[in-house]
Amino acid sequence: MLVTILFYAFSAVLIGAALGVILARNPVHSVLFLVLCFFNAAVLWLLIEAEFLAIVMVLVYVGAVMVLFLFVVMMLDINIEKLREGFTRNAPLGIVIALIVIVELYYVLWVRRLGIEVTGGTAPLPENYSNTAEIGAVLYTEYVYPFQLAAVVLLIAIIAAIALTMRKRPGLKLQDIPHQVSVRARDRVRIVQMPTERDP
Amino acid sequence: MEKLLAMWAAIPPDLQALIIVTLQIVGVMMTVIVAVAMLTLAERKVIGYMQLRIGPNRVTFFGLRILRGVAQPFADVVKLLLKEIIVPGASSRLLFLLAPLIVLVPALATWAVVPFSPEFVLADINAGLLYVLALTSLGVYGVILAGWASNSKYAFLGAMRSAAQMVAYEIAMGFALVGVLMAAGSLNLGEIVRSQQGGVLSWNWFWLFPLFIVYVVSSLAETNRAPFDVAEGESEIVAGFHVEYSGAAFAALFALPEYANMILVSLLCPVFFFGGWLSPFQGYLPEDWFIAQPGFFWLFLKTCFFLFVFLWVRATFPRYRYDQIMRLGWKVLIPITLIWIGVEAVLAWLRIGPWAN
Repeated sequence: MLVTILFYAFSAVLIGAALGVILARNPVHSVLFLVLCFFNAAVLWLLIEAEFLAIVMVLVYVGAVMVLFLFVVMMLDINIEKLREGFTRNAPLGIVIALIVIVELYYVLWVRRLGIEVTGGTAPLPENYSNTAEIGAVLYTEYVYPFQLAAVVLLIAIIAAIALTMRKRPGLKLQDIPHQVSVRARDRVRIVQMPTERDP
Repeated sequence: MEKLLAMWAAIPPDLQALIIVTLQIVGVMMTVIVAVAMLTLAERKVIGYMQLRIGPNRVTFFGLRILRGVAQPFADVVKLLLKEIIVPGASSRLLFLLAPLIVLVPALATWAVVPFSPEFVLADINAGLLYVLALTSLGVYGVILAGWASNSKYAFLGAMRSAAQMVAYEIAMGFALVGVLMAAGSLNLGEIVRSQQGGVLSWNWFWLFPLFIVYVVSSLAETNRAPFDVAEGESEIVAGFHVEYSGAAFAALFALPEYANMILVSLLCPVFFFGGWLSPFQGYLPEDWFIAQPGFFWLFLKTCFFLFVFLWVRATFPRYRYDQIMRLGWKVLIPITLIWIGVEAVLAWLRIGPWAN
């Protein structure tokens, strides 16, 4: 009962926040609404006792990905008026994409479920059941190959991002840190012996 | 008394549990807040003595000479609460007022999973370590939003610096904690402490020494403390992200989380690497001696030591330059953790050290 109430409450906030993402005028507000979305999705996961997924969701999406999003969006100087100009021209394409997404969701949520009995909630889990250990066991045995593939894809992305910044720009003033560290006082300061001035 | 007990028994068990948990939460919060007040005093005193000054020595309770200076933090709080809160005209008002709360809430919520003693922890959840990492990574939102919503160049620069720094050091800290979790075989903080049973040398620091160093350095950076406090950098950007905040909004909502986070990371350092509430003499002295017993006492001592290290570092090192901070985080700390995780995997595979049985 309590779980059902919580589910509907958080789902309502989730949908409201999702609407906020696309309706907010300010891109920074959109990003913040998206953060709220992720939070509520994490809470929904907690409600079905998937605490590992819920916490990783907050850790990865909210704690890292969205921070970088916010970082980039805040740096951009976006002219909202200019963005709105092409609305009617791009609307047909947008409607087509929206329809495709709706059909896909319909397929996943309804057609695939034909013939599968809906259990209505998860069975209570045993006392010392650890969600984390279970996911680990499945991930590193049954799905080890897709897991490794995903890791390699991410590694390629990292290497590509680093390679993009490796180019040499002319006229860049860089410090040579080993050179700075190895500086000795005698290279920089010359101590001069000279007779003291006397009063005439 | 009889009547009270009868009244208590009449409450339904669910409600009883709720009341007890609420009281425990309030107790922990109040302790944290008082500890923060005492820490600000300790900081000024310790740094004062390190610089051959005396530090605060005027405000006292009931005119007692021996308590001179002890009431200073309370006087400061009263002063800050009575100050006017100024909201800049061109700011984004809602976010400007919301940002301090976003810093405060995760800083206090993290205390839920801290194992204070063998018996007492508010929420003994399985994924405790992940919970700590997830919540500490949220504090950066408040900092970024405070910088952005203020609509001030200094605040914005501070927010940018802080965001990049926190994201960079979170990775190093996360990897250091991966090593801890490999040694303990559990994400539960209580289990992590229990896996270090048996005297000083069986604590994690011995086998995970490089990870311990990485953890301490990155916790300094995560809490925006000196020598990594470029987010406030008063010599360049006035006070960074909180330059536009005043009065209660500054005191209760930026200073409090900063110090609460400081206490938290110096409390988690013993939990991860120095055996939490375990006694260092366990196994060396007879079991029934007081100092060989585990208890909150040991955790308290260890936490105080690491807090002292925080203040000591602040009084000792000059502030890092921004590019040096980035270089240290990405090119030094992360490779160290990666290498040591590999070494640890080999040790575990060969069954050396804590993995012997």
